[in-house]
Amino acid sequence: MAADPNELRDDVLSGFQLSQQLERIWRTPSGLLGALMSVDHKVIGRRYIVTAFVFLLLGGVLAMLMRIQLAGPEQTFLSADKYNQIFTMHGSTMMFLFAVPVMEAFAVYLVPLMVGTRNIAFPRLNAFSYWMFLFGGCFLWISFALNVGPDVGWFAYVPLSSLQFTPTKRPDVWAQMITFTEVAALAVSVEIVVTVFKLRAPGMTLDRIPLFVWAMLVTSFLVMFAMPSIMVASTSLILDRLVNTRFYDPSSGGHPLLWQHLFWFFGHPEVYIIFIPGTGMVSAILATFARRPVIGYPVVILSLIATGFLSFGLWVHHMFVTGLPQLGAGLFTASSMLIAVPSGLQIFCWLATLWDGRPVYRTPLLFVLGFIVIFVLGGLSGVMVASVPIDTQVHDTYFVVAHFHYVLIGGAVFPLIGAVYYWFPKITGRMLGERLGRWNFWLAFIGFNVAFFPMHILGLIGMPRRVYTYPAGMDWAHLNLLASGGSFIFALSFALLLINVFYSARKGALAGDNPWNASTLEWATSSPPPPQNFDRIPVVKHRDPLWADSESLPVVAGLSAERREVLLTSLAEAEPQTREASPKPSIWPLLAAIATTIFFIGSIFTPWAVLWGTPPMAIALIGWFWPTGSKEDEE
Amino acid sequence: MRQTIVRDVSGLPTYGFGPRSGPWWGAMGFMALEGMGFAIAIGAYLYLYAVNPSWPIGASPPDLWPGTAEVVLYLLSIIPNEYTSRVAHRYDLSKVRIGLVVMSLIGIALLVLRGFEFAHLNTRWDNTAYGSIVWLILGLHTTHLATDLGDTVVLTVLMFTRHATPRRFGDVADNVFYWNFVVLAWLPLYLLLDWVPRL
Repeated sequence: MAADPNELRDDVLSGFQLSQQLERIWRTPSGLLGALMSVDHKVIGRRYIVTAFVFLLLGGVLAMLMRIQLAGPEQTFLSADKYNQIFTMHGSTMMFLFAVPVMEAFAVYLVPLMVGTRNIAFPRLNAFSYWMFLFGGCFLWISFALNVGPDVGWFAYVPLSSLQFTPTKRPDVWAQMITFTEVAALAVSVEIVVTVFKLRAPGMTLDRIPLFVWAMLVTSFLVMFAMPSIMVASTSLILDRLVNTRFYDPSSGGHPLLWQHLFWFFGHPEVYIIFIPGTGMVSAILATFARRPVIGYPVVILSLIATGFLSFGLWVHHMFVTGLPQLGAGLFTASSMLIAVPSGLQIFCWLATLWDGRPVYRTPLLFVLGFIVIFVLGGLSGVMVASVPIDTQVHDTYFVVAHFHYVLIGGAVFPLIGAVYYWFPKITGRMLGERLGRWNFWLAFIGFNVAFFPMHILGLIGMPRRVYTYPAGMDWAHLNLLASGGSFIFALSFALLLINVFYSARKGALAGDNPWNASTLEWATSSPPPPQNFDRIPVVKHRDPLWADSESLPVVAGLSAERREVLLTSLAEAEPQTREASPKPSIWPLLAAIATTIFFIGSIFTPWAVLWGTPPMAIALIGWFWPTGSKEDEE
Repeated sequence: MRQTIVRDVSGLPTYGFGPRSGPWWGAMGFMALEGMGFAIAIGAYLYLYAVNPSWPIGASPPDLWPGTAEVVLYLLSIIPNEYTSRVAHRYDLSKVRIGLVVMSLIGIALLVLRGFEFAHLNTRWDNTAYGSIVWLILGLHTTHLATDLGDTVVLTVLMFTRHATPRRFGDVADNVFYWNFVVLAWLPLYLLLDWVPRL
């Protein structure tokens, strides 16, 4: 429909009047009900970040318990059964409730701001996604509190996780928690893809998209193509356990290795789903603190895309000891080594950027430098285990534990903490303390290496993973004690981060719009941003818009000031195409998530839940999509 | 920061069809990830097929008529489906209503046929791994069929209410688009389920 000539638009208002009018339309309603109805990507992004960090702390506490248990030989601090639950909960929490969600959470908060729009695509789906994530995480942890925490490892291999060998509900809890978190992650991925494809500010052509946004776009595609595999896997596992299907039963034509294929076809890209957003954060931080754009912008993007493709061709290297044909082993060794190339290219681009820039060594940059050191070490041990003979030797030992903590903590957590320091001012309007930040970094860097480096050696001298204790005569005690000591220093660094966050959120220095003098659009609005993000949608004429012109911002006018409206632009050139309505707050996403939760949890106890669980879900979805007669719904 | 208005977008339409609309891209995204789900399920089927010396295991292949009848009906449904899309693009409300009613009826007919197909698979989900994967794949596709049918019925009802505003025609076009995916997904699954056991 063409424009309504009587509609109030942002071209007749300006300044404070315009801000107020837009704020009135876009704000989240007040009160508890209002909070539950929110569809603002910033509100949901904040909740997502905080919830993911709560799960990080819970997972971290479990790690500490394990390190206490392993600090000396033959300790009885934890029983074998408790230990099994704890390492399973630690891995599952860190992977499914922290690492992936926290990256998506940052994207939910930042991507709409960075591409210069007012809300994420499909804001109600976004709300639904958060509730599913929250309920799935609570489901896992409440089960753990009731002594029904999964105890079959974070990859739940059959036959151990089959009904015959684990006749409790523990593996079902694990499998259904997967379903919850995958639904949440898949929803966010579609939102991010559509936000990046269609909601970019006019003029933000493909080669002007910020690198963090590129990284999140590639990650979203990885999620979309990797996670269906784990959903098929977790569903078939539950079916085997509940209604006696035979997917993994060798006596009836099933095959345990099918599980490993399905799991790792997801599980390997999963590593890159966690790592690629980390690289996006690194690129964003590095450009700001090196005071120049990242060198080799197209190289970095092509590396991200190449990493994305290659990540689907490596999964079998997790299965080297299952007895592969030689050709298969060779192929997957080659592809595993090949993926080091695009990562290496990115590292060289970042080093060159630092070399050519005028680096300002603030806390975010320190974490980026820590990332480069630790990730390169993790990458090197990765190239080692890509080779079949070495992998056969160290498979299921602490060498692998050391390797993946170097890759994941180095590759994702260090950039993430850097990102917290970097974007905290935007999210809260206040700076995090720099002195505490430096302590935070050095304790994290030293603590991490003291905790995890000895594990390489422990693995090489034969200590297997997932043992709840070890005999005194194995000569593993000193290195374990050292690792435990390091892990406590590492934990202390997180305590400092928490103190810094709580203190600075109230007493930190005021940030202003752009405290780091950064170049991307999220810094063109106030800190924290108003509900509408921008009073007028920016027009992008340069890859680093705020460096190209730090005084004035070119903008478009003509969007509605009466109803929630976003500007859709073309895929490649970002030419304005339509002014599409953006949904208002709604309680239905929460109700739909509750209905889905009842369906999911019911269906690990009885297959009939599929029957009685469907009508409430259908009702919630119809309520969600049924128009309310508001301007957003009808025009 | 000072703002300089460099462009006026007030003349733009408030919704678009196809790649110009947000929901179309959302549907594309979901089709991509659901398509991946089908691909993974097909991969699991072929894996089990490859590791087992005989296939199907302990059962005769599914009876051909229900799946084949579905293929015919699915392919024929493209005609009223495309018709619905065209009249939606012309904002022809009465014809859109007819198209949606026809598509709802076709969906119901296919769901009934699907019931027969389950009954004629000649295996149960708990007999062997063959039975399990066949039921999983058919169940996965049935979920898509049922979801799309539900969506079509709700949209049909909506178009008979006061909410049948011009913007809704874009929703109709997106619904048509998604139905094509349900049809396209069925063709390889039909070959897999009904013909691979006969190889």
